[in-house]
Amino acid sequence: MKRTLENIENQFETFQILNEEGEIVNKDAMPDLSDEELKELMHRMVYTRILDQRSIALNRQGRLGFYAPTAGQEASQLGTQYALEKEDFILPAYRDVPQLIWHGLPLYQAFLFSRGHYHGNQFPEGVNALSPQIIIGAQYIQAAGVALGMKKRGQKSVAITYTGDGGTSQGDFYEGMNFAGAYNAPAIFVVQNNRFAISVPVEKQTAAKTLAQKAVAAGIEGIQVDGMDVLAVYAATQQARERAVNGEGPTLIETLTYRYGPHTMAGDDPTRYRTEDLDTEWEKKDPLVRFRKFLEGKGLWSEEEENKVIEQAKEEIKAAIKKADDQPKQKVTELMENMYEEMPAHLQEQYEEYKAKESK
Amino acid sequence: MAQMTMIQAITDALRTELKNDENVLVFGEDVGQNGGVFRATEGLQDEFGEDRVFDTPLAESGIGGLAFGLSLQGFRPVPEIQFFGFVYEVMDAISGQMARLRYRSGGTQHAPVTIRSPFGGGVHTPELHADSLEGLVAQQPGLKVVIPSTPYDAKGLLISAIRDNDPVVYLEHMKLYRSFRGEVPEEEYTIDLGKADVKREGSDVTLVAYGAMVHSCLKAAEELEKNGVQAEVIDLRTVMPIDLETILKSVEKTNRVVVVQEAQRQAGMASYIVSQIQERAILHLEAPILTVAAPDTVYAFTQAEEVWLPNYNDIIEKVNKVINF
Repeated sequence: MKRTLENIENQFETFQILNEEGEIVNKDAMPDLSDEELKELMHRMVYTRILDQRSIALNRQGRLGFYAPTAGQEASQLGTQYALEKEDFILPAYRDVPQLIWHGLPLYQAFLFSRGHYHGNQFPEGVNALSPQIIIGAQYIQAAGVALGMKKRGQKSVAITYTGDGGTSQGDFYEGMNFAGAYNAPAIFVVQNNRFAISVPVEKQTAAKTLAQKAVAAGIEGIQVDGMDVLAVYAATQQARERAVNGEGPTLIETLTYRYGPHTMAGDDPTRYRTEDLDTEWEKKDPLVRFRKFLEGKGLWSEEEENKVIEQAKEEIKAAIKKADDQPKQKVTELMENMYEEMPAHLQEQYEEYKAKESK
Repeated sequence: MAQMTMIQAITDALRTELKNDENVLVFGEDVGQNGGVFRATEGLQDEFGEDRVFDTPLAESGIGGLAFGLSLQGFRPVPEIQFFGFVYEVMDAISGQMARLRYRSGGTQHAPVTIRSPFGGGVHTPELHADSLEGLVAQQPGLKVVIPSTPYDAKGLLISAIRDNDPVVYLEHMKLYRSFRGEVPEEEYTIDLGKADVKREGSDVTLVAYGAMVHSCLKAAEELEKNGVQAEVIDLRTVMPIDLETILKSVEKTNRVVVVQEAQRQAGMASYIVSQIQERAILHLEAPILTVAAPDTVYAFTQAEEVWLPNYNDIIEKVNKVINF
């Protein structure tokens, strides 16, 4: 075969199971999920959509701080997480709070992370994850290390990490995949391609036609998935996980997705760089809409059930915000206590100063 | 006791810790079968296997991320950055990530990483091999920075650094690798991080130094003695945190100080040390605190090292100034 860009690109066709109408278009690839599991996936997606709506509202009221909207990316975020086991380790980027919550991070701690309180990052024992990474790409090289650690320990688990389309331009993105490849480490690298890095469209990141094909540079498996199709995302992740724990190395998964909201709540206005037509086009692909149709077709979902989830989400969010409010304020001495196992003399000296201030 | 060069003492410390703790992992560019570009890891892969001592792809940032990730799986990584001039590639992994892990996780996670890296001038290396960049990492809360100047210190400090449960940057001066031998106990021992060592006692002036400049200070002190000036030479050994107690005790005795570093005046640790002495011991000072440092240019082209690097004559000159102030 002649080596052309075209035949490389052709190896990364979009993997889809469920179309926009909620119809199965790839029966052979259908993952083995029970009715209960299918309902659980829908439950999580609806819950997360409500969490996003409430988080935006709470942010506007000044009751949350840093927040990166997630609406539109539910299939991509939750489909990948649902394929994991408890012992798998998540290295999220700043938009990937939902995966942490479904991996076991209490909601009120996620809210404390948003506000900027260290307790938000004190993950409970057994929640195998890091707090959301702000430095784009850093999570990728760290994931290679976590995965190599798992391999050395002989664990049957994986490290999974996420970045966006813009993040694929970073050096650490490339190094992370390349290291994991060279060590044949059990890592899953997810690129959530929502087409924009703040205002910069993906076409300005790279001339590559797919982001999945960047796996070629590391010599690892790559797959492009319809990121609005929760079944395809789940199936791709499950396969990547299986390959990884069987010692067959890492995988890069590109999910084609969209964020309906702004980049973050810190003043980004997507109408400056996105057309209404593009928004409308992607709203038709809404992962909730198509999965709802699919489940209704199987008699597994109803409006009542959805409303129940919505009510439950709202209740739990209210309780979590309350619990976050009740968290004691941070003290400088506490920040100092978390710097080193043993406080060096210069810090000890400052500690005494602040201890005196705080006791006034 | 054995006579060892500093590089042998470093290898000995690595061997000791690889033996002591199965979580210790040594990795970097060419540290495996090749035994390191300076032979610091020679024989370690043969002795402990490729699982414990291994090569990496050529990417410093990736090495930093690897160390960080391995920490999260309970390992005790001892990565090597081939020359510290290459630290710019891995600044985020060191200062932006591992230094902050314990803090950002509220004490629930930590990175017991020891980053070994050679630096230092006087051996005619090509560009960006010899630069003194300890000042950069010393400004990052969450890190400790260790710079030994003798084989004995090198071994004890490296064992302590590896056992420390927080990230330590351990910088090895290339000129000191093989320039002399010293007594090094064959058994394991530790030297506390953050503790300076008085390498020479004196009553007239305190010389505070680290790295290769310790030896320049000792040479200057010998010369000064001929003129009846007794210099006390303090080897910091750890440049962050610094051992203020030892410095202040000496200043209270000598009342005069010269701080000596190989780094440029605007870099290194001297300014911090001067400010700390000034804040705490101004009433003990008979003269301003002077510093010896390199000019504020980019590190010298190879052939200009001799005229550019600070040497013992520069030290003598500054000492005479504070004595005759």
